[in-house]
Amino acid sequence: MSSTPDAQQPEPKSVRGTIVTTVPRASFDPAGGAAQPEELLDVYLRVNGAEQHIRVPGRRLLSDALRHDLGLTGTHVGCEHGVCGACTVLLDGQPARACLMFAATAQGHQITTVEGLSTPDGELGPVQQAFVECHGLQCGFCTPGFLTTITAYLDENPDPTPEEAREAIGGNLCRCTGYQNIVKAVCRAAELRRGEQAPPDGTQTPAAPTERQEQR
Amino acid sequence: MSTRTVGSSVQRREDPRLVRGDGRYLDDLGHDALAAAFVRSPHGHAKVVDIDTSGAIDVDGVVAVWTWEDLEGTGSAAEPLPMLLPHPSIEHPVTGYALAKDRVHHVGQPIVMVVAQDRYLAEDAAQRVRVSYEPLPAVVGVEAARAAERLVHEEAPGNVGAYFEQHLGDAAGQIDAAPHVLELDLDIERSACMPMEGKGILARWDAEEGRLKVHASTQTSTGLRAALAAKLGLPLSAVEVIAPDVGGGFGVKINHPWPEDVAVAAAAMRMQAKIKWVEDRREHFISSAHERQQLQHVRVGFDDDGQILGMQAQVWHDHGAYLPYGVIVPLNTATHIPGPYRMRHFSVTFTSLYTNTVIVTPYRGAGRPQAAYLMERTMDAIARHLDKDRTKVRSVNFVQPEQMPWDLGMVLQDGRMGIYDSGDFPASLEKLKELVGWEDFEDYREQARAEGRRVGIGMACYVEGTGAGPYEGGHIEVETNGRVNVSTGLTTQGQGHATVFAQIVADELGVKVEDVHVTTGDTRRMAYSVGTWGSRGAVMSGNALLLTARKVKEQALRIAADALEANPDDLEIVDGIVRVKGAPKSQIPLPMVAVLANPLRYAFDETARAATQFGGKSDESKPPIGDAEHPGLEGSDFFSPVRTTFANGMHAAVVETDPDTADITVLRYCVVHDCGPMLNPMIVEGQVHGGVAQGIGGALYERLAYDADGQLLNASFMDFLMPFATEVPHIETDHLETPSPLNPLGIKGAGEAGTIPTSAAIASAVEDAEGFPIRRMPISPPELWELRKQHASDTTDPS
Amino acid sequence: MKPAPFTYHAPADLDQTLALLAEHGPEAKVLAGGQSLVPVLNMRLANPAHLIDINHVPGLDTVVANDDAVHVGALVRHAHLLSHSAARTAQPLLRQALQWVAHPVIRNRGTTLGSIVHADPSGEMPAVLALTDGRVRLRSAGGEREVPAAEFFVGPMESAIADDELAVEAIFGRFPAGTRTGFTETARRHGDYALAGVALAVSVQDGPGGGTVGQAQASFVSVTDVPDVLDLTPVVGGAAVADLAGLADAVAEAVATHVDPVGDIHASADYRRHLAVVQTQRLLSTLVGATAEEEIA
Repeated sequence: MSSTPDAQQPEPKSVRGTIVTTVPRASFDPAGGAAQPEELLDVYLRVNGAEQHIRVPGRRLLSDALRHDLGLTGTHVGCEHGVCGACTVLLDGQPARACLMFAATAQGHQITTVEGLSTPDGELGPVQQAFVECHGLQCGFCTPGFLTTITAYLDENPDPTPEEAREAIGGNLCRCTGYQNIVKAVCRAAELRRGEQAPPDGTQTPAAPTERQEQR
Repeated sequence: MSTRTVGSSVQRREDPRLVRGDGRYLDDLGHDALAAAFVRSPHGHAKVVDIDTSGAIDVDGVVAVWTWEDLEGTGSAAEPLPMLLPHPSIEHPVTGYALAKDRVHHVGQPIVMVVAQDRYLAEDAAQRVRVSYEPLPAVVGVEAARAAERLVHEEAPGNVGAYFEQHLGDAAGQIDAAPHVLELDLDIERSACMPMEGKGILARWDAEEGRLKVHASTQTSTGLRAALAAKLGLPLSAVEVIAPDVGGGFGVKINHPWPEDVAVAAAAMRMQAKIKWVEDRREHFISSAHERQQLQHVRVGFDDDGQILGMQAQVWHDHGAYLPYGVIVPLNTATHIPGPYRMRHFSVTFTSLYTNTVIVTPYRGAGRPQAAYLMERTMDAIARHLDKDRTKVRSVNFVQPEQMPWDLGMVLQDGRMGIYDSGDFPASLEKLKELVGWEDFEDYREQARAEGRRVGIGMACYVEGTGAGPYEGGHIEVETNGRVNVSTGLTTQGQGHATVFAQIVADELGVKVEDVHVTTGDTRRMAYSVGTWGSRGAVMSGNALLLTARKVKEQALRIAADALEANPDDLEIVDGIVRVKGAPKSQIPLPMVAVLANPLRYAFDETARAATQFGGKSDESKPPIGDAEHPGLEGSDFFSPVRTTFANGMHAAVVETDPDTADITVLRYCVVHDCGPMLNPMIVEGQVHGGVAQGIGGALYERLAYDADGQLLNASFMDFLMPFATEVPHIETDHLETPSPLNPLGIKGAGEAGTIPTSAAIASAVEDAEGFPIRRMPISPPELWELRKQHASDTTDPS
Repeated sequence: MKPAPFTYHAPADLDQTLALLAEHGPEAKVLAGGQSLVPVLNMRLANPAHLIDINHVPGLDTVVANDDAVHVGALVRHAHLLSHSAARTAQPLLRQALQWVAHPVIRNRGTTLGSIVHADPSGEMPAVLALTDGRVRLRSAGGEREVPAAEFFVGPMESAIADDELAVEAIFGRFPAGTRTGFTETARRHGDYALAGVALAVSVQDGPGGGTVGQAQASFVSVTDVPDVLDLTPVVGGAAVADLAGLADAVAEAVATHVDPVGDIHASADYRRHLAVVQTQRLLSTLVGATAEEEIA
């Protein structure tokens, strides 16, 4: 009734043989697993300021490309139908659901993930800092989607009222916090941004993905 | 003295990492792992006639396609999953298989596992597996289960999995003799934990060492370790389980092993591979666990003041298709019904029923929200019957502070007697009335009425057994660089353990919180643990770590006393320096004490060189390590309380209902909470906020809508209405801190608090706004609108 | 939940797109914003053999407001149209309705024309197209045609678009000067699909006592199979503004007769009908009571 079709291969080599990043990951093995019939596309993504090249099928979701092909696992996947918002990234500075985009569609756009919200020297960005100060996260799984969404929101509305802040986060689900401290964090982030001499703008100050990946 | 951090809102140690995107959740690990996907039952109840996997094997990149037969020969993997918590009430325990053998009992049950090079390919192959079924009639909902016209399992007559009763005094006699008697039928729906991260497991077989290493999004790594070792026939020492960052739990991740855990781990072992399964959202809806659904019948007798003289409660509980986690949920319901009230003549029965739906395991509160709902709806009904203020009826029934400890007279879910250890219910109620403005509400109602608005106020109380045993442990080691490594076995899903446990250890050891590094849920670091559930994390591991820190401190002082030629009793540790009280110049840094604690032979670095030097100073007549000593500044200890401690709280809600559309808006939500002294008030408040939000979800939005065939009709975030920020009110909180005498920190659990009375409080407020009884929760605007129509004939419009 | 395999096409221009549709039409899906399509693909509820991603096709992302209409290209995102001041001035109903479309993040990617082609009865923009007497411009390798809203929406999730056609433009009509418009809906959660919703256009002629009601039309969300327009002019036309409250029952009757809701797990058909009635009554009253040109969210 069942079978193990390739019993001679107890530990298959590469699972992501289809991937070529500018910085090959440790697991990358060009000899293994590439012989898939599915057509692979050369996809060029600009993520957190760095140009990336991957070879993926057309159906590869942007969320998976970021997480598994580029190793940017800060972008989380909570529902894969666009409701929860955990996978929200910035596309040319505007929040978008990475689970509702194909990597191939994202070509030609500037993508910012949560990893790109810190300052180049590794300091927390204002929204990140505000989340820490206000206890805006518990398990932290939904947090990256909130951080990206709020970063873009504060670009447009730098001084929100608590009511506006609540509405601004109204498209992201969090199961831990009851949202109250996230609302507080939105207002605190606005304060931090206003108070800074040179507010670090996550969308403009990409982290160095090369270094990041080497850490992994 | 060092500044004490316990009691203050220290910022979380875990946050900088998490907000940078540097968390390590299950699916952030094992990018080179094979991916598993499952073929799941589309039927609520069916015989599996045939499985044709040939189409799946043809998919390029598929490595294995497993059915139940493939589990045979690997330990007991092909046998039914364990019944984790046997209880005398369980008459017919039935558990499922890791992969369905010949029958499926709920939609979503795993039947075939596909392992492929990535999840896309695994799903492609799963789609090509052909399973033939002979559909059987399904049993859905408590009423159908109770009617037992059809059976979920032939071996469970009447669909009854468990029946239980407890009696206190003479409830029936007291009710019969009471001046007033009321009967209520109550209904509460299913909801689910629904953490933002689903379940998942990454299992790899290390062929060279013959070991299974597992990462799992679990609430109990020690439990999963033992379960996997047993199922796979491995020695416990050959299995290690690590809970990485976990994206929320709320109860669902305490059950173990899940079918997928066994199938994936067995395949990893047999194929000598690294395999990962990450539950997707649809899978989480149809194959993890739900909770809450019960039908309840209450019969209560009371006097003219509303004092309850006797009460009988009958509960019919829907536990889904299988019973792997026993009857914890209905047991909690049964034993938490009395709440803060003196109840000397009380009886409760529950019947726990099989249905062809997803299994029921604890969800935040674990049966207690249903208990509060039952009791508090009853209190409101009594008040309404006597035309009395709802808070006054509660007051006359309260256990008084001078009556503590209060013997509940009931056996709790852990098999021990329930004895309330602390609390001041009248004081809590006063605080709540003050916070919400209870006495001024009628003015507000009048004012609203004049504006054509309809408003109502409601409240609810609860007492919660928290911090249940049997034990948790701690391990602390001080490295020679001053880094303090702390481990405890229970797991973390966002509660801030890395912060509060660091606070406890830092205070006790006299070091900075920043120097304390906490590891939870890693069986390599702490092999003995129970797990994270029932608001027990801080109480159990917090106290275990306090005891451990005392032990390590004692060792540090003993070693320092030798070095400083002082009496240990004269020493103190301040900011990481051991010094003589009153003569602070006589001191030795704690890292140096750690050096002294380990008389090394090899001088591999500066501190080790120091250690070899100090080694030479010791008394020649004694061995370098004394009889009662051990190398290294480290220690472990366990905390095992004699019984559960009881937290309590009271909530009030103000709602507005639209006179035309019946739309329900929560205008205010107030919480008074007593978990004893707060270790970190910011974190406690966060727990309360999150609990209330889940409670609001359960009261007004969430349900799991099954059709008669057992299809879950809303298995997505589009249709399962988890509240967004726009649906959750601002939550106002106040605290009473009555310490528990049962543990050295004097604390009581806080994790589930916010969720427990929320449905009851909202029901109370909607009832107050509308003027007719609310007996079924959650309530939606369409349902309220229907109720209005039903009551229109016999109720005058309260607005 | 990963999509099933498909052949991915990213045509560089409109001609390539139309050629691909001519070749693969019946087996292809067009991807624009993807906010409705990709969830369906991820859940494997649709398994198209070909996906034609038009996101890289130039010239489809323009909004043009002229004297007669507002022309909205196939790649115009809801958010873009929402913030387009000329479009807002020319047809205020666009902005009024777009604010109700899902959440802002979804509006950043979702296209207005995409949601029209999707023809979901719970979509806001089909109702707006219908009420503004709009039309959809369709292109194929064989040519071009414009289909009026009344013919475009064939049934729930079903439009008149042919397999080889690409919808290139939604054309929203403009109302005569002095027309007041409004949109409202009710959802279980903020941003969810509406249980019921209504778009309303009404004209008020100045006169003593607040003037008289002229034309009044409504179209609905989630309570009709297709967004056909209910003409309320026979009910309220000519009535003095001051007397409108007295016509509430007649309005209710007209709406309740026009809509044909379907019950589901979120609300019964009766409740949805009731909502549509209350929404229409309230919105009509607000619009008629509003000062001219005042915008109603």
